[in-house]
Amino acid sequence: MTITETPPGAAPSSPTKPTSRLGDRVFGGISLGAGILILVTLFAVALFLITEAWPALGADTSEFDGDDTFLQYVGPLLFGTIWAAFLALLIALPMAVAVALFISHYAPKKLAVTFGYFIDLLAAIPSVVFGIWGIAVLAPILSRSVFPWLEDNLGFLPFFAGPASTSGRTMMTAAVVLAVMILPIITAISREVFLQTPRLHEEASLALGATKWEMIRQAVIPYGRSGVISGAMLGLGRALGETMAVAIILSPADLYTFNIISNQNPNTIASNIALKFPESSGLEVNRLIATGLVLFAITFLVNALARRVAGAGFSGAAG
Amino acid sequence: MTISNQHTTTPSTGEELMTDRIDSTADTSVAPAASDLPTGPDNRIVVENLNIYYSAFLAVKDVNMVIEPRSVTALIGASGCGKSTFIRSLNRMHEVIDGAHVKGSVYVDGEDLYGPGVDPVAVRRKVGMVFQRPNPFPTMSIADNVLAGKRLNSKRFAKGEADDLVEKSLRGANLWDEVKDRLDKPGSGLSGGQQQRLCIARAIAVEPEILLMDEPCSALDPISTLAVEQLMNELKSTYTIVIVTHNMQQAARVSDRTAFFSIDGTGMPGYVVEMDDTEVMFSNPKQQATIDYVTGRFG
Amino acid sequence: MTITEHRSAPSEQQSTLTAGRLGTPRHVAVVAGAVALGVLAWLPTGSINWAHWIAVTVVAYSAGIYLVSRIVEGRRQAVDRLMLAVVTSCFAIVMLPLVSLVWTVVERGSNRFDTTFFTETMRGVVGEGGGAYHAIVGTLIVTGLATLMSVPFGLFTAIYLAEYGHGTRLAKAIQSMVDVMTGIPSIVAGLFAYALFELLFGPGTRSGFAGAVALTVLMTPVVVRSAEEMLRLVPDELREASYALGVPKWKTIVKVVLPTAIAGIITGVVLAIARVIGETAPLLVTAGLAQGVNWNPFDGRMTTLPVFTYYQYVQPGLPPEAGQDRSWTAALTLMIIVGVLFSLARVLSSALKPKGLK
Repeated sequence: MTITETPPGAAPSSPTKPTSRLGDRVFGGISLGAGILILVTLFAVALFLITEAWPALGADTSEFDGDDTFLQYVGPLLFGTIWAAFLALLIALPMAVAVALFISHYAPKKLAVTFGYFIDLLAAIPSVVFGIWGIAVLAPILSRSVFPWLEDNLGFLPFFAGPASTSGRTMMTAAVVLAVMILPIITAISREVFLQTPRLHEEASLALGATKWEMIRQAVIPYGRSGVISGAMLGLGRALGETMAVAIILSPADLYTFNIISNQNPNTIASNIALKFPESSGLEVNRLIATGLVLFAITFLVNALARRVAGAGFSGAAG
Repeated sequence: MTISNQHTTTPSTGEELMTDRIDSTADTSVAPAASDLPTGPDNRIVVENLNIYYSAFLAVKDVNMVIEPRSVTALIGASGCGKSTFIRSLNRMHEVIDGAHVKGSVYVDGEDLYGPGVDPVAVRRKVGMVFQRPNPFPTMSIADNVLAGKRLNSKRFAKGEADDLVEKSLRGANLWDEVKDRLDKPGSGLSGGQQQRLCIARAIAVEPEILLMDEPCSALDPISTLAVEQLMNELKSTYTIVIVTHNMQQAARVSDRTAFFSIDGTGMPGYVVEMDDTEVMFSNPKQQATIDYVTGRFG
Repeated sequence: MTITEHRSAPSEQQSTLTAGRLGTPRHVAVVAGAVALGVLAWLPTGSINWAHWIAVTVVAYSAGIYLVSRIVEGRRQAVDRLMLAVVTSCFAIVMLPLVSLVWTVVERGSNRFDTTFFTETMRGVVGEGGGAYHAIVGTLIVTGLATLMSVPFGLFTAIYLAEYGHGTRLAKAIQSMVDVMTGIPSIVAGLFAYALFELLFGPGTRSGFAGAVALTVLMTPVVVRSAEEMLRLVPDELREASYALGVPKWKTIVKVVLPTAIAGIITGVVLAIARVIGETAPLLVTAGLAQGVNWNPFDGRMTTLPVFTYYQYVQPGLPPEAGQDRSWTAALTLMIIVGVLFSLARVLSSALKPKGLK
């Protein structure tokens, strides 16, 4: 009878019999193969994208419409991607934290679960539906009620310089829709972390005569800080990669601008690909894939940062 | 202050327990006599017909007791008899659990803590609490921990004022000498006993009248326990202290009066069997149940 | 050693227990005042403007409760009440888009929610009429293929991580890569699938299968994560009991561990399907758009429901209302499908759970 070796920390392994060795080998092999296939897939994604993107990066600019170098082409798109995602996060983060606090500490316990469920419903809605709602419902509301007011009262700021769009197909509308889309992620993680605040610290605060809000500021938020940041970065990653909502709502133009209420907006990388890809051919396709590679790189960085923050964060709170 | 060395670990008779008592009468130079104290609120706690409920479940029934000011009162009894529930009702901390409520009254200086229109938050500023497991705020430094309660009230104080308060509170908790060089380090870096004394410093920094301690030493080693017990003896000249303990020897060591809680069975409410001067409770109690518990026959 | 403190004047402390409580009457007054102010916001125009009314009432209430509480109760209580108002308002505000969206989709989607829509395609249709039959078929085929590929892929990876590769460096690497995969933007997954098929079969290749590959890249990490968690929840005692009976490891996994975890695994798969069934971007660049039904996933363009929704809205033809109506109905169909899948997941999760586990 042979004894198989167990790597340290492995699940308990079985004593072997000759007939089962084949079964174990096959099954274990398939599992291992699946795991390795994950690594291969990721490698393949990078490889294929780079292969496809390469021709566009090295090509002569005259081969493209507009004679842009790749950097000139992707510049405004990159700007638009980051700008839209940043605005979305700006709107979503405070709201998400407030909603998470509401569900974890303020709502009556019996209703808290239902409320959480409603927020999760937001996450289930496909982005294309958000897109058509955005352009059909939100854009007209904003262009009727909000943009004119902003232009009249705060028009001296570059963000609201106008001329205010009448169709509502602006960066602001897109940012609001993106914010609604990423809010559930941030809320879910924040809610989780707020609920995990040790009872002991909450009671320490209350015993000192703190009001509920003071307890939250003293015990809950410091404990949950790293979780919230991690959630925010994950939300940012989602916003960076979001395609359809932006593609439907935004009226794109090739420029850099901070004006968020006009009809001239830089497009995002993802939305640009969605708009141009179906009708593109040849080198144009390669160029679009190259922009996709840039997008992949940024989202990869942001998500890696999020994981780093989530992992390192709890040392301050563990006590 | 003297502590005799006859402390045994086996369950002892009431008399043996009494020999371990921390003898505070020897130290007359510091503890002022009752008549010398400045006149002020007498901090007497009067509990009247208190019944504590968790939703429909009666957890503690019919408590009537008077707790004299500037004394240490111990609440003893086996686990689950309602001691912790009762002590938490003295600063309305039991209300953090949904559905918890009381019938009856708790008077402090003549004011009913459960009167209509009373804000639990205000109650807790008057009645401080130290918990079973030390819980300094992990993201704050030692100094910030001490000031945490005070900061809630007045956002800014002058730098000098803050430092004075930190020193005063830490001295009051017998912790100053050990941490004075690392006031800006996190509170979680201290030993268990030091953390608990930090929590005590934090509690007394807001100048409560009454200090509640829910098994404050059960998570500490014997040396730290001793330090906290010595501290209690000093604090009682200023505060009224109520302490829950399941350690009879500790009750005998530190308290002036003792109340014994018991329960008739699981699912039944806890109640006070007997309350008397600690010396009487441990040498000559009146109720059989108390005798049984104190001599270790059960519990 | 002891510090005797001179207690601060008793009268201050004694009065703070009951002094200055807001009381219900005052609170009601603040609410009424805020609502009245809100009414004033639209009254001049003569017609009820709900948005203005609600917005002004919320702001007025927050400011009002803070001021009144500040005067009556003190700064700390005032801030506490203000934060309650703020946090509750935030929740209400966040509910608005959800309510609005569901309402809009249901209202506008019901226009074309008829048999024609579900039985006809867009072949030869210009303007009114037509349906999404081909899109529904396409979604079923593409998502079905993706599920067929990602479930074994994800499940076996999870089995490796939970049962075989505990703590090894390879397992850690795989876990990191799974994390990376969850973060891939959907359009990038589509581009990858496109690139893969282009290099294999030449440029301009479109097929339902390519779309399924893209969706697999998106689905697999979700399946891995949830399956791994479910497998880890199975207590080791069960495995050991099986080994003690002489059962080999692979059989233990198949006959003991998997059945115990199956409820959670199935729930995870259903949720993963719900996630990808609404994906548009990767299908745009792989499966594309066709006017009629395509039953062959390996050859040619295949329309899917989300892509149909998109194109019917942005390229509606004439009259545009016809296309937009079809788009809303397609959106409604999508949301119904997602809703059914979510409910199915919850039902399965409680129905299949082995009694006595956790």
